[in-house]
Amino acid sequence: MSDPLFPATPALSRRFRLQYEEAQQSHVLLYPEGMVKLNGSAAEILKCCDGKTPVDQIISDLETKFRATGLRPDIESLLTHAYQHKWIE
Amino acid sequence: MLPTHAPTPGTPAISPPFWLLAELTYQCPLHCAFCYNPLNYDAVRNELTTGEWVRVMREARALGAVQLGFSGGEPLNRDDLEELVLEARRLGFYSNLITSGVGLNEKRIAALKNAGLDHIQLSFQDSTRELNDFLSSTKTFDLKLKVAKLIKQYDYPMVMNCVLHRHNLPHVDKIIEMALALGAEYLELANTQYYGWAMKNRAQLMPTLEQVREAERVVEAYREKIGDACKLLFVVPDYYEDRPKACMNGWGSVFLGVAPDGVALPCHNARDLPGLNLPNVRDMALADIWRTSQGFNAYRGNDWMQEPCRSCDEKGRDLGGCRCQAFMLAGDAAATDPVCSKSPKRGEVDKVIRFVSQAGIGLDKAQPIEQPMVFRTNANSRTLNIS
Repeated sequence: MSDPLFPATPALSRRFRLQYEEAQQSHVLLYPEGMVKLNGSAAEILKCCDGKTPVDQIISDLETKFRATGLRPDIESLLTHAYQHKWIE
Repeated sequence: MLPTHAPTPGTPAISPPFWLLAELTYQCPLHCAFCYNPLNYDAVRNELTTGEWVRVMREARALGAVQLGFSGGEPLNRDDLEELVLEARRLGFYSNLITSGVGLNEKRIAALKNAGLDHIQLSFQDSTRELNDFLSSTKTFDLKLKVAKLIKQYDYPMVMNCVLHRHNLPHVDKIIEMALALGAEYLELANTQYYGWAMKNRAQLMPTLEQVREAERVVEAYREKIGDACKLLFVVPDYYEDRPKACMNGWGSVFLGVAPDGVALPCHNARDLPGLNLPNVRDMALADIWRTSQGFNAYRGNDWMQEPCRSCDEKGRDLGGCRCQAFMLAGDAAATDPVCSKSPKRGEVDKVIRFVSQAGIGLDKAQPIEQPMVFRTNANSRTLNIS
């Protein structure tokens, strides 16, 4: 079996800090001497990565919150990217 | 010729500073021969108080700065470091301690963790006790190993930093092994650039092209072997490039340094450049320093450039390179960085490279020839002829 593309219950890595930056007008991930600027949907997804909520629940929570359907592919693709970059564990 | 005006209307808006470097003190237990502090650092005595640093941090945060480096000298020499870290965390900064490790015992590292320090960057001078201690003119190698263990024990991300030059470039594999063994997440292998103390010691420190290329090969092989277990950053000496780096990511673009006495710096070595009116945080609000001061606007954007930069289609990429190198090697801080092969002064760089390749390499051969290494000491700081 191949490695999963992302954890079933993702948690933001303790190596990154997620916060809103007024000057950037966006959420950012902070790490030693660096910063990743996040777009709105990436920030919403990462905010849900609390280490307790399973991915299915994250998807349905966000679909409820934004009154949308069919968000799964976008969310899974962001989580894959986040896992590759060790933002989540 | 220096532009003395703020950007004219119609030029792009000034971006917020991203990085506040707080050089808390020039005092340091190490005496590294490549220190980037000014040669006359010992003359700087009136350090900012705790209250003044707090005001600087607040104003920088309000301007949009988000990364904060506590540096020096040795920032642990300040006994208010914990207090400053606490305020930094409260303000929402991501705080980085850039240290030699000297003074970082378990009590302080725990207090810094409680105060909210995010990350520690620990410098080594080499992978061997002998060369580490020789280059820093101290006996600190064992202490640094101990500090590295404490950093891991307290679960900080650890960036190891080793400044490279002729003497330790052949050890780059062992330096990487040491970083892996100590559990560093990042390893910065930055070759010495030649300003300040390193310029004084250039004949002693400058590697040959073959040494640099060989080290690059070693680093690349390790990258393939270790994956992302430890991120390896390798910075080549500017002299061996044929295009300049985008120094500071552009003047007045992301970097705001504040020296121990409150002088605001658009680059680490700006004090050595002529014709700059560098403001002091004691006299001027940080927002005015960043946006309108002569010092921070002198080389902002493209208007200051001369030929060949002015009409060059690569100027957006390298922004004309390093002003300090332009001043030291071309005699004009507004000239094209002479490391650029398009610079009419490139010959000055090649002359240095030729000298190095003829002088022979290796600690054994290098020691007896030329002049001795000039270590960064208070006494040398007072006696060196500062031009």
